[in-house]
Amino acid sequence: MTRLPGTAKTPGGLYAAPSLVWLSVFFLAPLAIIVAYSFLTPGALGGVEWSPTLDAYRAIANPTFGKVTVNTIIVAMGATAITMLIAIPCGYYMARSEHQNILLMLVMIPFWTNFLIRIYAWIAILGNEGFLNDLLLSLGLVDQSVRFLYNRGAVMLVLVYTYLPYAILPLYSTIDKFDFSLLEAARDLGASKMSAINRVLLPNIRGGVLTAFLFTFIPIFGAYAVPLLVGGTESYMLGNLIADELTKSRDWPLASAISMVITLVTTLGVLLLLRANGTSVLGGDDHEAAEPAGEADALGAAR
Amino acid sequence: MEARKLIDISMNLPHCALRIEDGSDSVAGPVSATGNGLPRGRALQGGIMECGGAKKKTVKGSDVVIEHVRKSFGEFKALDDVSIDIRKGEFFSLLGPSGCGKTTLLRIIAGFEAPEGGSVLLDGQSVLPLPPDARRVNTVFQNYALFPHLSVFENVAFSLRLKRAPEAIVKARVSDYLALVELQAHASKKPSQLSGGQKQRVAIARALINEPSVLLLDEPLSALDAKLRQHMLIELDSIHDKIGITFIYVTHDQQEALSVSDRIAVMNSGAVLQIGTPQEIYEAPATDFVARFIGETNLYEADVTAVSGERVDLLTAEFGAIVVTATNPPPAGSRISWTIRPEKIRIGHTEPRAARDGINVVSGVVAEPIYSGFQSKFYVDTASGAQLKVIKQHADWSDEGPELAWKDDVWLSFSAEDAYIVEVRR
Repeated sequence: MTRLPGTAKTPGGLYAAPSLVWLSVFFLAPLAIIVAYSFLTPGALGGVEWSPTLDAYRAIANPTFGKVTVNTIIVAMGATAITMLIAIPCGYYMARSEHQNILLMLVMIPFWTNFLIRIYAWIAILGNEGFLNDLLLSLGLVDQSVRFLYNRGAVMLVLVYTYLPYAILPLYSTIDKFDFSLLEAARDLGASKMSAINRVLLPNIRGGVLTAFLFTFIPIFGAYAVPLLVGGTESYMLGNLIADELTKSRDWPLASAISMVITLVTTLGVLLLLRANGTSVLGGDDHEAAEPAGEADALGAAR
Repeated sequence: MEARKLIDISMNLPHCALRIEDGSDSVAGPVSATGNGLPRGRALQGGIMECGGAKKKTVKGSDVVIEHVRKSFGEFKALDDVSIDIRKGEFFSLLGPSGCGKTTLLRIIAGFEAPEGGSVLLDGQSVLPLPPDARRVNTVFQNYALFPHLSVFENVAFSLRLKRAPEAIVKARVSDYLALVELQAHASKKPSQLSGGQKQRVAIARALINEPSVLLLDEPLSALDAKLRQHMLIELDSIHDKIGITFIYVTHDQQEALSVSDRIAVMNSGAVLQIGTPQEIYEAPATDFVARFIGETNLYEADVTAVSGERVDLLTAEFGAIVVTATNPPPAGSRISWTIRPEKIRIGHTEPRAARDGINVVSGVVAEPIYSGFQSKFYVDTASGAQLKVIKQHADWSDEGPELAWKDDVWLSFSAEDAYIVEVRR
């Protein structure tokens, strides 16, 4: 097990014990169960039979799984990208605003309402007889109800809405610590507004951008409720596939195997991202101290 | 040291103002080019060259004309009708206490603030419509504002990278400017690995590599310790001599401003109180505020009793009748403020023998001697109850008698030529 060196002897190990126990019981144990189930034979009415097989992983080769995976990646990438594009300016504005506390409050308020209820609220707004259609009809802008729901667009919209605060908060806290005189320095040195942001702001808030990306992408990649409630067949995602295998097909090993794939893909992705970030933060020193230059420029002449 | 002294003397002369005719980039005249690294060889109008052995000085950059600039933040008037003419190639300081508007003025020149009225002209062209990146000025920021994610090399190369300069040119130019600030060995370090003085030099190189026509320096030395500050000040001065562009230097430290500036504008509460050479500012302060702010001073009020030519007789509550000089004497009967600098007062145990007309003599008791290494300051109480500050260098071989001590009876004397009328009250 993950017994760190010297855990038993040092007080530090003792202090860490509660969280170690917590993690072992509630994180590692379920994970171990899923790993184990993915290698077992499905029981007739759900559950598993204890005879090891690789059938579940063979079943993944099925084209349905591939299609759902591609759709999941498209939705997750798209929704994350849109979330980030909204969250960065929001975080920037909040960090520079005089009313930081009010704005922070506004970002937090949605958390006071249950997640599912907020999804139903979107259904009430976007439904065929929802507020938006009522408004459009009464204004005469459309002749009949527009079908806003049950497609990929609706899934992305509600996902962006749901995870926006998770992206805004880490971005806000990083940008808040950013020294804005650096942007003035960049402008002073000839950078336009956009290139000051690209060359100075973004590299320096990279940690926050990464956190916001992970906080958004990972839960969206595993989304279940949103595509279930506002999505259609085309926006079926891996989360729904797992749920269906578990509850409808009753193929627990297959559900476990799909979970394993998601876990492995996201873990690998996160590790690669962290590494890329780490190396490029430390790297970029490929310029040696340059050799003494000739008298080519005005400075040489002035000397 | 010798060179500095000569310069100081030259600055008292009215004809010494550095004036460059249109279109000329360097000053014509018999200039020697020994290049011995002495600061500030000053070429003068009419081909006069002072400072024996000083090097050739190239004058580049732009003149900056600030006209009736106004700026307020809410109720607070940061700048109230400020007008300053800064000459091409000048080392010009904006000096004043914090909140006097000097940094706001610098930020207006740089383009980070827009004034509510007035104009800022660079070589006769208004820069106000231009964004900061389109102005031929660069700034050295107070907190350096180095890009923490970039190496020293890339920090300096920043503006060249923006212009997509070829790699070979970037390398050559960056190493030139790193050489100028003696940081070649640190090119690959990150700003966080540098000392304060090194960061400062990166900031200077980064601002200069763009070859601006005006360099703005916003309290660039305030974050450094006293010794380093002195050193950097000399470096700044020599960089100014090498580059030859206009420097506008914002500081609240009168010592800094006095030692490097060609001219100084003293500011307070959003207004310019006086513009002049360090000598003019120090020797002939225009207002009480300037007199108090620049160096230490003794400032008193008095009534003018008689005027003859430049000689003015005063009746003071503190010292009785004294005599001072004034180039523009106010009429008899005026109420004025006058000043005498502490180091211009002679202090001794014996009454000055050679006292002649025009030497004011006062007696008193040492109330507080303050020893500070290279000199001592004495607070001397006079019979009338006034207190005078006197600064004295320590005795050398030519001095007689014991050092001055607490409660000693002393004689103070100062020349009418060193005492000035500052403000005329009525």
